[in-house]
Amino acid sequence: MSVDTATVAKIASLARIKVDEAAIEAMVPELNGILAWVEQLGEVDVTGVEPMTAVIPNTLRLRDDVVNADPLTGGDIRDKVLANAPAAEHGFFGVPKVIE
Amino acid sequence: MTELTDLGVAAIRDGVAAGTFTATEVATAFNAAVVQAQDALNAFIVTTPDVALAAAAKVDADRAAGKPLGKMAGVPIGMKDLFATQGVQTTAASKILEGFKPEYESTVSQKLWDAGAGMLGKLNLDQFAMGSSNETSAFGNVVSPWRRPNDTAPLAPGGSSGGSSAAVAARLAPAATGTDTGGSIRQPAAFTGISGIKPTYGRCSRWGVVAFASSLDQAGPMARDVTDCAIMLEAMAGFDPKDSTSLDLPVPDWSAALSSDLRGKKVGIPREYRLDGMDADVARVWDEGIAWLKDAGAEVIDISLPHTKYALPTYYIIAPAEASSNLARYDGVRYGLRDLPQGAGLQDMYAATRAAGFGDEVKRRILIGTYVLSAGFYDAYYTQAQKVRTLIARDFSQAFEQVDVILAPTAPTAAFALGENSDDPLAMYLNDVFSVPASLAGLPAMSVPAGLDRNGLPLGLQVIGKAFDEQGVLNAGLAIEQRAAFTARPTRWW
Repeated sequence: MSVDTATVAKIASLARIKVDEAAIEAMVPELNGILAWVEQLGEVDVTGVEPMTAVIPNTLRLRDDVVNADPLTGGDIRDKVLANAPAAEHGFFGVPKVIE
Repeated sequence: MTELTDLGVAAIRDGVAAGTFTATEVATAFNAAVVQAQDALNAFIVTTPDVALAAAAKVDADRAAGKPLGKMAGVPIGMKDLFATQGVQTTAASKILEGFKPEYESTVSQKLWDAGAGMLGKLNLDQFAMGSSNETSAFGNVVSPWRRPNDTAPLAPGGSSGGSSAAVAARLAPAATGTDTGGSIRQPAAFTGISGIKPTYGRCSRWGVVAFASSLDQAGPMARDVTDCAIMLEAMAGFDPKDSTSLDLPVPDWSAALSSDLRGKKVGIPREYRLDGMDADVARVWDEGIAWLKDAGAEVIDISLPHTKYALPTYYIIAPAEASSNLARYDGVRYGLRDLPQGAGLQDMYAATRAAGFGDEVKRRILIGTYVLSAGFYDAYYTQAQKVRTLIARDFSQAFEQVDVILAPTAPTAAFALGENSDDPLAMYLNDVFSVPASLAGLPAMSVPAGLDRNGLPLGLQVIGKAFDEQGVLNAGLAIEQRAAFTARPTRWW
């Protein structure tokens, strides 16, 4: 499988990265080089092989269902959450107007 | 007396505890070394001399008051700028996080401070840890302290933990944190003649570590010898309920149990790692390593890891796929850079912000990842890669039925010059050929300096162990270290 300029433009749009046409032209051969190389995986016989889900066997834990069980990841820290926002206003994240 | 900056973790800790020198004297000496080297090596993105001095003052006060001292008491270290540090800029070497000052501290860095370590500064790296030469940083290349003879061409310190490796090799820090996704601790350690261990996946908490590929990312120490790595890993490791993949296991006392007596141990030599056209010096050092481990009492056995050749292409599907998902969080809304063109809506703001904030290699990997996860291609690429990953892990578990550890080179060559591989992403990816398989299988693996190549540049040997058997890895590493007697160090030119 290989990509063309239209496919790269579509991927860039899905990834929310603005890429101009000249850059897309340059990326097509680069991405195709990488994709052609990874395609050798197709020759591996994976009949009956499960895809890996956890590299080290582990079980997912549930935490106790209590508020602020861990203060680091709990609530009541609005100002800390907003401290690094580029445009926080009135205790909220600010974004450009969204009109559908 | 030896210069304080020539001392490692154990020597500093023990010297501070014994009162031979104070933690403040140590921090002052390393702070000065950092300043002196910064313009030439660019190992740090920000320096924090006051933080180092404050930690040292606390250790000195605790000692004066007769309080117990931690495992890392009085040891100032460099912190890879992938770990969130409260109030200190944390960038992952990307413009998209420039100015980001976390309101919290990563678990691993907090554990180190709790153990008495201090922070000299935040170390440069490849942007979002994506790279093998430290050339993808938005804050400039790190230059290795090593040079070829009669040649001032700047060499790569390896990557992604290139600031960490350069700082430790140049004696700007006795030790530094690294993170390893496909070799980012081991390859830079090999390039700069130092030691580094990536523990079993889950040993060190990922909480507060900027995510690249979450099923692979693992933190570990980089230091000048195996003992120092063991001590620092003890301080970094441990269960953390805030990381869903954290291992709920006690942290062994690895440094106390270190032993280079390998009698009764079996060492596997994977035949698939002996590549056609292998660098002659790398092959020679590998053979020497085999002889050293035999000398330490181990039995050496040829083994096969049949899916080795598929490890790199597997990695370059899985890691970008996870990265494309993890890096979706950089949207110009919650933290970091925002680029809002005149009249732009929300979607345009996302796209402009990410275009302005991410470097070329990061964009390349996000696009590859987005493609392999997109409808119609997911099974052919991503699911296939996860199946091959199962086979690669199975190769290792079958090999470990016969052997205790595996010995291989760390990297296919010694350090290359900056710029030498940067035009060809594939050529750069091939640097990780020996390190990626253990990452895909989540296994502990370490690099120890083993010798010099024909240009006088360091070469590393890699020991790969069973899951949870950091002790076996460290012990084999120690056996190599004692026999390699590696004392070479870069001549100071900075």
